[in-house]
This record gives sequence, C-alpha cells and structure tokens, in this order.
Amino acid sequence: MTASADIARRPEPQETFVLNVGPQHPAAHGVLRIKMTMDGEYVMRAEPVLGYIHRMHEKMGENRPWAQFLPNTGRIDYLSALHYNHAFVGVVERALRLEVPPRAEFIRVITSELNRISSHLVWWSAFLLDLGGFTPLLYAFDDREKILDLLESVTGSRLTYCYFRFGGLCNDVDDAFVAGTRAFVTRMRPRLKMYRDLVTDNIILRKRLEAIGPISAEMCRRYGATGPVIRGSGLPYDVRRAEPYSVYPQLDFEIPTFPEGDSMARYRVRMAELEQSLRLIAQALDKLPAGPVMGKVPRVLKLPPGDYCYAVEAARGRFMVRVVSDGKDNAYRVKLRTPSFSNLSLYEEASKGMILPDALALLGSLDLVIPDIDR
Amino acid sequence: MNFLTTEPVRLLLSLLCIMAFVGLNAAYLVLAERKGAGRFQRRPGPNEAGYGGWLQPVADVVKLLSKQLIVPPGTDATLFRLAPLMVLSPAMMCLAVVPFSETLVARNINVGLLMVFSFGSISVMAIMLSGWASRNKYAIISAARVVSQDVAYEIPMLLVVITLLMMTGTMDLNEIVRQQAGGFWHWNFFKVWANPLMPVTFVIFFTCMLAETNRAPFDMAEAESELVAGAFTEYAGMGFGVFFMAEYANIVLGCSLATVLFFGGWQSPFGLWPGLLWFLLKLYALIFTVIWVRWTFPRTQFYGLLNLSWKILIPISLFTLLLSSAMLKIFHA
Amino acid sequence: MKASLLEVPRGFWSLLVGMRVTLGQFFKPVVTVPYPRKTLPIPARYRGHIELTLDPETGRPLCTACKLCERACPSDCILVDGVKREGEKKKSVTEYHLDFTKCSLCGACVEVCPCDAIHFSKNYNLASTSKADYTFDLVERLKAGKKPS
Repeated sequence: MTASADIARRPEPQETFVLNVGPQHPAAHGVLRIKMTMDGEYVMRAEPVLGYIHRMHEKMGENRPWAQFLPNTGRIDYLSALHYNHAFVGVVERALRLEVPPRAEFIRVITSELNRISSHLVWWSAFLLDLGGFTPLLYAFDDREKILDLLESVTGSRLTYCYFRFGGLCNDVDDAFVAGTRAFVTRMRPRLKMYRDLVTDNIILRKRLEAIGPISAEMCRRYGATGPVIRGSGLPYDVRRAEPYSVYPQLDFEIPTFPEGDSMARYRVRMAELEQSLRLIAQALDKLPAGPVMGKVPRVLKLPPGDYCYAVEAARGRFMVRVVSDGKDNAYRVKLRTPSFSNLSLYEEASKGMILPDALALLGSLDLVIPDIDR
Repeated sequence: MNFLTTEPVRLLLSLLCIMAFVGLNAAYLVLAERKGAGRFQRRPGPNEAGYGGWLQPVADVVKLLSKQLIVPPGTDATLFRLAPLMVLSPAMMCLAVVPFSETLVARNINVGLLMVFSFGSISVMAIMLSGWASRNKYAIISAARVVSQDVAYEIPMLLVVITLLMMTGTMDLNEIVRQQAGGFWHWNFFKVWANPLMPVTFVIFFTCMLAETNRAPFDMAEAESELVAGAFTEYAGMGFGVFFMAEYANIVLGCSLATVLFFGGWQSPFGLWPGLLWFLLKLYALIFTVIWVRWTFPRTQFYGLLNLSWKILIPISLFTLLLSSAMLKIFHA
Repeated sequence: MKASLLEVPRGFWSLLVGMRVTLGQFFKPVVTVPYPRKTLPIPARYRGHIELTLDPETGRPLCTACKLCERACPSDCILVDGVKREGEKKKSVTEYHLDFTKCSLCGACVEVCPCDAIHFSKNYNLASTSKADYTFDLVERLKAGKKPS
C-alpha cells in the first residue's frame, strides 16, 4: 500500500477542500491544529498550526531567579517531567561546576527511567485508543499506577515532578522505595510479554501499522527528529550514548533500533525501550551507593557570564536546555530545544499522499505532546 | 384453553414474545456489554444505577426518550423517519423462524434459512436509506462504506451456508436442529466426516456475522464518526437509540442462527433434557464471544476489511464448498 | 505467495492468543477502588497545600515572619506579616495568606523555611464553586484546628 506511488499516478486534483483536524480532538493528541488540504480521501498538504498552549516558558526563565524556574521544567512535557528537571538542573550544575553526590545521580537515573516507562505507557494507550483498541489503556494505566505510587511516595507529586535540585535531590529515597521498585521491575516483565501477545503480535495491528508512514533516516536528519522516530528509521542515535551524562556510562543497556522506518518500527522501538528501562533500573538499584543526596551549593546562585547547554534523552527524543547568563541572579535567555517540535516538523512532508486514517496513525506514532511543542 | 391454542392466537402471542425478547435483549445486552467491557478491563462497569447497575438500561432509555426527535430541514422526512424502523424490523421478523425449542417456534416454514437471509438484507438497505435521507455529504459516504462492507461479507456467509445446506439437505431450521440430536459430537460444528473444514466454516460464518452487524473489529462506520460524520449523525434521541437497538437485535439474530446451524440449537450436549435452556445457554455464550472479540482487538482499516473478505474469506469459503460437494459425491452418494 | 498464504493461519493464531489474554484478565479481580466510598491511603510526602506548623510548647505557630518563603515562591502566592512581641527575640506571625489558585506545589517555600514552620497538608478534596475558597488564611486555619472537635 505505497501511498506515494499511488499519489504519483493520480491525476491533478480538480477540487481540494481543507479539513481542519483539531485543536479539539476525540483522540488524545493535545491542542494541535492541522489544516489538511484533501483530495477526496488523500492528504495533499498537512499544515500544523501551533500556539494553542504557548505559555511563554522561555520568557519566564528570564524574569525569575534560577531556582524559581524549576517548577516550569516539569510542565513543559508533563509526561517525562523528571527528564526535563534533569536537563535544567544539569545546565546550572555544569555552569557552576557543582559536585553531585553519586547516590543522587543514581536516584536521578532510577526515577528518570521510571518516568520514561510511564510516559511510554501513556503513549501506548493513547495510540491504541486512536486505532480502536480500548482495553490496553486500562492495563497500561494499572501498571502506571504502580509507578506513580512509587514516585509519589518519594516526591509527593504524581505527574509534574519538581524533585531534582541544583547539586542533588530534594529529599532521599527510603528502603520502601527500593523494595517497591524491585517489586515493580519483577511485576512488569511478564506484563510486557502480555502486551506483546495481546497487541504487538496481533495481525490486525500489524496490518494497520506496517508500511504505514515511512520516514527515512535522511528525512529525520533534515528535520532534526530524534528519539524513537530516528531510531525507528535505522539510526542508533541516543543522547545517553552520543553525549553521555549522569551515570549512564556506568550502566549497561542497548539502543533498540529498527530499520524499516514505518509506524510499526517506531512502535517496536518504544516497546523495546520499556525493556531497556527496566534493565537500567535493576542495574542502578544494585549499584545504588549510600551517602548524602545533596552536594555543596553556594547560597546565592549567580552563574558566571557565558553560554551553557545540557542535553538529555527524554521520552520523546533529545531535550536540550541552553542558557545564556550575564552574571545576574536570573538568566538572560533560556532556550528549550524540545523533541516534539522537531518530530512534528517532518509531518508535512511525511504525510503527503496518505489516506486520512493513515495520516492520523502516523501522527500518533510520532508521540507528540503539544505543550512540548508550544512551550 | 382451546381459544389460546388456535393458530392465529398462538402466532400472535409468539410474535409478541419475540418482540419482547428482542426489546429486552437490546436493552440489557447494552448493560452486559458495558459490564463485560469493565470486567475485561479489570474494573466494575456500571454499578451506580440500581443495585449493581441493573437499572442502567432503564436510565438510558429514559434519557433517550426525553430527547427531542429532530428531523433536520431539507432531509427527506419520510425516509428519515422510516430508516430506523426498517433497521429494526428484519431482526424481529427473522427470529420468527428460529426454533427456540422443539415446540417454541413462531412459524416454522420449510424455507426458514432462505427467509432469514432475504430479510436480513433489508437492514443493509435501511442504513443506506438513513445515510441518504440525512442530506449530509459525510453521512452518505459513510453509509456507502457500510453497504459495501455488508455486501462484501454477505457473500462468504452465503457460501458457507450453502456448504452447510449440502450437508443438511433441508432449509427448515427446526429440521436442521433435529438432525443434530444425540450428543455434542453430532453437532454440525464437529461433523468433520462430512467436511473436514467444518470448524473453519463456523469461523468464517462468525466473522461475517461480526462484519454484517458492524461490530468491532469491523466497526469503521461507527468509529468514522470520530473524524468525519457517521451514517447516523443526524439522528437524535430515540432515533439513534433504535439504531443501537437494531445492532444488538442483529447480534442476537446472528448468534441464534449460528447456534441453530452449528451448535445444535436446543439440543443438549449429552442427549438429556433438550429444550429452551440449552438454546439460551449457547446463544449467550456466543454473544459473550462477540463482546469478548470487541474489547480485545483494534479496528481494521477499511481496505483491510474489504481485502479480508474478497481475498481471503471468499476463496476459503469457495474451497470449503468444493470440498464439501466433492466429499458428498465420493463418500455419501 | 507462500508467505501470504501462511500469514492467514498465523494471523488467526495471533488473534486467539490475544483473546486468551483478555479472558485471563476477565477472571481476575477488579483493580479499581470505588471512590468515594473507599479511599486509598495518602503517602507521607504527599503535597497538598501548605499549612502552618504548631509549636507544641507555646501553642503558637513556629513561623517568625522572616518572609523567606514569600521571596522564594515563583508564583507570588504567599503574603506574610508579623509583629515583634514584648520579650521575644523573633517576630511572630500575624497574617499568612496563601493564594492557592497560583500555587504549583513546587516546595520551595517548605524547603527554604529556616524554622520548619510550614508543611504540606494532605488535603486533596478541594472542589469548590467560588474562587474565594482557594485563598487560605493559614493562621485562622491553624487556630481552627486547635479547637477541640
């Protein structure tokens, strides 16, 4: 079902109409508006219109002290808030050359990977809901409850965490958390097998996703798409290996890559990432050292003038924070390079000539969080 | 007593019973589906209205009845009002020939199977009518899709039924059930000496039944309404409610047919105490399977749906037909 | 050709495997809790809106109205005021207003407080129809909490 070959054979459309998808959706995409110029059933041009949830986070970074920007980081991409916490905390630590105790680094990795799993579970449920499978949502949210309970016992929040601090963490984890996380890892592995049996190997799903929405590695490079999008097109690019940070160099994990470049490949990448995250959590729990969770931090935070950046592998791709400081106690400029923005930018080219339901399946497989795009 | 057993009165009473059966089923199958969906998803399902949720269908019906029946201007008002009726009546009519037990048949005619399939196609026409009468571009497209889906799946269903007919030799539904007397090994589903692919024919019949009633995973027509209008968008309140009821009535009809044709109807699995109870047990087991299938799988894509019928089901059913006739000729001449 | 023929029984088998999974889940117990008839335990570190901590010895709030929390808050939710009483080294708080409509539960106020005078409450049932219900007068709330029930 090669849509682009079909579209090449089709005659010039006599009459096109504009179908407005969004900003309110029955599906769980967020407030994204896409103006689709349609020729009958085929999408001629899909133009995303952004800005419905633009909250000016970058401006807020400029008019408040460094520490007061931390809650904002959790709200940019609320599903993988801890990764975004990590990036901002990392950039300040890099600028001030703060020492983070190893216990804090390991706990950061454990909680970030738990957050990655919960984010991928939300993507999985919403994507299947788009495709008409209602039941996996409930199963995934049952697992996600366990993660949220674990993280709530440590941070006090269930979704928009503000847990990392400059130099370490807000508070320490206790033995109940360690035991609970180990129990979760043991529980989750058979659940992943269940998801494979129920959904991934299902012939109906495979027919819906295989060969749909092909995205080549070259297209990803041109638009700067990262995360599962580029790994589903054959390129094993992961910030944890390309620009290593925190204690990831000490941990052993694989980068799942699938070469086909269709929606099924991206789906498989994320399901494989769930396995790898469980592996990382198990290793980090084994290596968790004792010690303090907060390093030495100067009383008054003023970054030396200059340009600093820090990149993390968030659930959706490469998230980078770049701050420009002029020596004051707030930033001169905070730039948030979000993965969903770059992932969305290839949508217009990738969806040309597809049938509308396939174009929407492609949108779901990109895993976009709209507040991440609009910031 | 004599008056009640005269033929016209008996017929009238049994038709009224069938209408009541269909109505109650349509209402309570909705609840069964929601509770079943809940149990598959590890949650209770509706349990607030009435003890354990038993009054939920009553609440739904009251809600639907209290809504205004809007007939949009510019539509063909007669056809618009006619379509819901035409969708519901075939299911009720066809159930008149289905044998609920040896004596509980409204009207046992000797071409009962033929009647079921001829009247069953009327509901397909009624959906086209509803799409046409709505005067809504997307409703017409959606209704046309439903019709092409239904037509595509009628063919394998009829081929499978013909395969069965060659084996049973009669179209009289009660006679077909009587042929399956004895234990469950006499049921048509297990008659592999007549046709080794008999279980496959049942699977094809079941799949076609799901597609005919627009149930998941073949419910593109209903799901389409997420993006573009579905065939029933213009219907408000009870008009929509009747389409909903018709879907469940068609499920009841399809599962009753499957029970009668493949699983021995009112026969018991071990030859003891045949009767209504066994029929109902088998019927509801099949309906449970329909609900189970809906909540397990995602939706097929529209062209995947048609591909399945034209490229997979029809060749297989043609093959079983040939196989059945060959075996009949060779072994049972 | 052979691959597409084999796909039919394999695909059908995958459907049956999926159905077995859901049937297995059908017979397992329900995982949801019938809220609000039953509620779940709230963890110790749960972040509800802040409350003043009582000093058990003096019976008054520990807060000394140093205004560090007011300065640390990113959303300008807190308004503190206090007076210095006779014979005491530090001030005592007289006014503590929290505008919860703007609070993001970041925890900066709780962390920066030098005398542990504020803590997160476990109050989550906060639905209301008027905005005024979300401006908390924490001193009043503390006094109301002291009264015997």
